[in-house]
Amino acid sequence: MMDIRCEINGRVHDLTVGASERLVDMLRDRLGLAGTKEGCGIGECGACTVLLDGTPVASCLVLAAQADGHRILTIEGLAAPDGTLHPVQQAFIDAGAIQCGFCTPAMVLCAYALLSNTLEPSEREIRTAISGTLCRCTGYVQIIEAIELAAQRMRQYSQ
Amino acid sequence: MPDEDHVTVGKAINRKDGIAKVTGATVFGNDQNAYRQLHMKSVYTHYPHVEIESIDLSEAWKVPGVVDIIVARDIPGNPILFGRFPVLVSDRARYIGDAVAAIASESAESAEMAAAAVCIRYGKQFDVLTTVDQALAPDAPMIHHDTQGNRIDYASHHLHDGNAEAVIREAPKVIRHSYATQFVDNGYIEPEAVITEFDPNTDTVVIRGTIQNPYNIREALAKVLDRPLNQVRVIQSGIGGSFGGKDESMMFIASRAAVLSLRTGRPVKAVLTREESFMASAKRHPITSNYEAGLDENGRLLAIKSLHHMQGGAYNKQAMFANWRGSIHAAGPYAIPHVCTDIHGVHTNTIFGGAYRGFSAPQVVFGIESFIDECAEAVGMDPVRFRLLNCVKPYDRLPTGQVLDPAFMPANVADLIELVCSKTDFEKKWERNRIARTEVGSTSVVAGIGLSITFRGVGLGGEGIDTGSATVTIDADGKVRVQSGFTEMGQGLSTTLCQIAAEEFGIDSTWVTWSQNDTAENMDAGPTVASRGIVSGGNAVKDACGKLRKRIEEVLLPKWMAPEGSTLHFSDSAVYAMTPDKELLNRIGFAEAARICLKGEGISLRSLGWHSPGPQYFDHESGQGPAYPSYLFGATVAEVEVDQGTGVIVVKRITSAIELGKAINPQIVRGQFIGGAIQGMGYALMEEMDCSDGYLHTRNFDDFLMPGAMDIPPIDIIISETDVHVGPYGAKGIGELGIEMIAPAIANAHANATGKRIRELPLNLERVVLGHAL
Repeated sequence: MMDIRCEINGRVHDLTVGASERLVDMLRDRLGLAGTKEGCGIGECGACTVLLDGTPVASCLVLAAQADGHRILTIEGLAAPDGTLHPVQQAFIDAGAIQCGFCTPAMVLCAYALLSNTLEPSEREIRTAISGTLCRCTGYVQIIEAIELAAQRMRQYSQ
Repeated sequence: MPDEDHVTVGKAINRKDGIAKVTGATVFGNDQNAYRQLHMKSVYTHYPHVEIESIDLSEAWKVPGVVDIIVARDIPGNPILFGRFPVLVSDRARYIGDAVAAIASESAESAEMAAAAVCIRYGKQFDVLTTVDQALAPDAPMIHHDTQGNRIDYASHHLHDGNAEAVIREAPKVIRHSYATQFVDNGYIEPEAVITEFDPNTDTVVIRGTIQNPYNIREALAKVLDRPLNQVRVIQSGIGGSFGGKDESMMFIASRAAVLSLRTGRPVKAVLTREESFMASAKRHPITSNYEAGLDENGRLLAIKSLHHMQGGAYNKQAMFANWRGSIHAAGPYAIPHVCTDIHGVHTNTIFGGAYRGFSAPQVVFGIESFIDECAEAVGMDPVRFRLLNCVKPYDRLPTGQVLDPAFMPANVADLIELVCSKTDFEKKWERNRIARTEVGSTSVVAGIGLSITFRGVGLGGEGIDTGSATVTIDADGKVRVQSGFTEMGQGLSTTLCQIAAEEFGIDSTWVTWSQNDTAENMDAGPTVASRGIVSGGNAVKDACGKLRKRIEEVLLPKWMAPEGSTLHFSDSAVYAMTPDKELLNRIGFAEAARICLKGEGISLRSLGWHSPGPQYFDHESGQGPAYPSYLFGATVAEVEVDQGTGVIVVKRITSAIELGKAINPQIVRGQFIGGAIQGMGYALMEEMDCSDGYLHTRNFDDFLMPGAMDIPPIDIIISETDVHVGPYGAKGIGELGIEMIAPAIANAHANATGKRIRELPLNLERVVLGHAL
């Protein structure tokens, strides 16, 4: 067991975690942040993606202990405290980018990470940004369109 | 004045579950927990076909945390589920996913340790039959002692029309080819999860989980637990994709967990790992198809004879239905005077086949549409002209004897062919590629274009009785609740059904809410399969709404002393009483109308809607009769580049024209079609489960490759809406049409590019470079 301190969705947490405890289990089982999903356990499907200091990581391949001293963003931390959706979330709804919703948290976080770096991503950059996350339902087309829509709206807001 | 046009139907309104899903708030199977829950782990056989002498649990019991362990003899009721599936095996394992015991423990880790500590003593190793040919060999051992030569019960179907064999014998031109498809996983990203508990207050076993077909699971568990149906309650959780798959595997874990819950009195949670899900869930089954055709000198199809064998695995509860669909679709949407189709299901000691989007159609459509291209080539015609010559037209007769009456099925497939071909400039590109391929080296990158067409029977048709249910309730504030007997698993049905209720009552769709399926609340609507949610589910919602409108009318018109023949109209969130002379008599808000009925007159505003197209009278001996109430039609063009050096096929563009009746929500329709098409592309190019020696070698997503975001071509969809009278507002269901046409279109494009024909799926690197699998 070891003691860690990390920031999760803007709040500092002091936790005692097991040496082999995975980040995905810490988030889901300990903190009840069940929006992070597990689909394969080997880092292939990307459903467990969270942002570690702004970078997407597969939380099934990250030890909880590795979060010590870092900043984690999960899907629960993206909307504003009053419930207002982030433009990426709203765009996913408006563009029909959701079906079963199981990969959606990961897709939204990957898109958010991309648009945090650029508001003018090329289509290829969008595809690359979500290429670590599998979606079986949508065929990705409406997800790519949603990210383009989010980028366009965020450009308008930033002007 | 009420508007006669549709207000909500036909609009791309946003999904009802959108906010929950983008915020991660949707509760999926593994997100459910219960106070004092135990965790379940199954113990699987180590060998695919083996005698089990004994199961030693002594070491497993010593693992701290273990609360209960069950083996086959602990099942209180029927230990064998429909399709011969055992809850647990006791004396013989027939495939690698058979389980011998299930453990309930205080933690998932402890359950896993205990599972590893179970000692199974094996006896005789039986021959492992992994192919249809092995299983059908005259001296093959029997996987089940009481089947006919390893054939799956009731899974042989026949469609015999005319005398195909004699016509082919005499035909000026005869073509013969064989095609084969592979085992493919449904590939849903969420693994199966369930939580079961016993509610002593109601003497009911409650099952919550990722269950596609709650009524199937309820029936299966009632038998396993030896309880009446009303003491088994199945409540759907959020479902992270299913596509047909979350059925058998849910039956296994729900039944084992429920037995453990009854014995321990505690909730039991079971979550499959991806490896377990791949091993113990239904796959799209392989089908081998042998086609023979007789043609005349002008390229007209005179007869098609085909024989199909589906590899069903050790147990099977879908082959009897899926093969029937296969038999109807195996000769394609062509007007052929003589057709003879035979299809059989065969047990093997492998993973098993079940439902996966398309339900035998993707396999036989790959066969027939590849074969049609080969027939065209053999008579020197291009694939477009050949199809236009031979495809069905309005009022043509299908080989089942069913006549394509345009009131129910427009049969506009020729128009769809012309639409996709003119949009892609097909014939020019096809000819250019054909000429170009002879001028370039065999390792260069070459372009190809391929066409395929399909028709798809709507609903269950002659598979069995097709029913739909929905309960619609209007509350005193005018807001509406829709409870459907059909399952939301991502396809968007909940939103579409709410749109229908909104349309029927003339209210905004935000006034309508929807709840997950619960067998204690809804009538058994049968399984949510066959793209029938919109037809049977939507018609049931319409039926319920119609009954409620009539009820409101019967309250308000007499109250307002409306003259005989007056009518009540629902529009703009209001009700309008109109005299027979079309004079407006009175108008009140919809909410006020609801309040008057409920609070003023004491009239119930809840109604059960029901829909059944009725039994389809079908002769299963000859395959004659109206197989389906209607059909959808489609045509697809795939454009590819084939790297002959590396074997990589890159799909550059997919163009489809589809006839679907009516798109209730165009955004959802588009998502369903594209999602299906990309699954079809994965099926065509990369997806394959390897169980070639009885062991499953494709164990997780690192082995089972599915399309990712980098692989997706542009997809153009031309939607042809037609005025048919089958589903609500003419809708016919779009869930499965997208997947069927892609693999043959890509295979035909590959042949156009390279001049070589690959007759097996997937068209992976080895098959493209070597012409066969490694």
